[in-house]
Amino acid sequence: MGELLAEPKMEALKAGLVKESRHLKLNFNELKSGGFIKQTQRDLFTARLRCPGGRLTAEQLRKAAELAEKHGRGEVHITVRQSVEIPYVNYRDFDALNAELRSIGWSVASCGARVRVPTACAGCSYNPNGLMETQKVCQEVDRRFFGQATGHHKFKVSFSGCPIDCFRTREMDLGFQGTLDPGLEETHCNGCGLCVKSCEEGALVLKDGLPVRDADKCNWCGDCVKVCPVDAMVARRRGWLARVGGKHGKHPLYAYEVAAFLHDDQLYSLMERTLSWYETNGSGRERIGATIARLGLGKYLSEVVRSLGVETIDSPLARRKFKAGGNLYD
Amino acid sequence: MTEPGPIDLRGVLCPNNFVYIKLKLEEMAPGDRLEVLLDDGEPMRNVPRSLKEEGHRILKVSPEGEQYRLLIQRGPD
Repeated sequence: MGELLAEPKMEALKAGLVKESRHLKLNFNELKSGGFIKQTQRDLFTARLRCPGGRLTAEQLRKAAELAEKHGRGEVHITVRQSVEIPYVNYRDFDALNAELRSIGWSVASCGARVRVPTACAGCSYNPNGLMETQKVCQEVDRRFFGQATGHHKFKVSFSGCPIDCFRTREMDLGFQGTLDPGLEETHCNGCGLCVKSCEEGALVLKDGLPVRDADKCNWCGDCVKVCPVDAMVARRRGWLARVGGKHGKHPLYAYEVAAFLHDDQLYSLMERTLSWYETNGSGRERIGATIARLGLGKYLSEVVRSLGVETIDSPLARRKFKAGGNLYD
Repeated sequence: MTEPGPIDLRGVLCPNNFVYIKLKLEEMAPGDRLEVLLDDGEPMRNVPRSLKEEGHRILKVSPEGEQYRLLIQRGPD
């Protein structure tokens, strides 16, 4: 992905530019949140556009195409984090490109030690698997936290609407996944057993003609509710499962599940507190997962989650049903 | 009315089994009933839920060895 435009580099670039041209005026404050990534080619940068949740209007798409032709080489790159990037932009064009984006209320994305643009799946507005409105909350998180300096390292957030977890919330500094807590209205149940068939966790068994749920196995996916033909299996609660401390990269970390059934407002509070905890407790250029590994998950749980008054996931036993396999090197 | 005999969808993969039932239901009137045979596994995970999403009702589920017999009632238009 190329080298990020860190601040010392900006200073050097700025000094170089002053030497190079007295006529060129760049708005360095605007460039501080990043969004332009240095390429191998001299003077050329990739402009990363701000696309929270990978959702673009037709107007934005047209603008991206127009800017790619005008300032790039007529092509864009779709990134793994749902951004549209315009490669081969000369640094002399930064201001012009920013002004054009601003004209339709758009901007470049963030990079460096900041809150990055959040990613999200399509959510439940048209995906039948979705349990929570990922897009709505993703846009709001971007509005509230975009570009916020963390004091340490990058901070990535993603949203998955259901436990299939297409947006890999386990690999995020902070990840939120939609969940549903099922319950049975016994008088409606006709004992057909479709819920038992639909459960891939083996959490349901038929006992005396009624489904009985093992809460230690149920991963809150809601399949049993979706299949029930008589609406006997119903949603008692819907909410966000929060995961903290994940990352990918050279040495990936899988996040810890720390809170369950958060409402949207609690999600924003958790994120705000988590960022503040990370700023205070982080050391140097470490991700929050490293901070938690160094200081212990218990400290994070008691200082951030429990005091928020939300359902805390605080034991390996409660986390076991989310466990991943593969080569985890331990 | 109920269609005579179950439609045998054993060995038909998802989502073709669902599409087949859907086409059949479209030829029928709201309230009419249809019996189908489905394999256990993916078909039984997917088809009943898809039928519910499209507003049809499953009246009866009978296991028959490695297969299932579903009695479906066509939903409103």
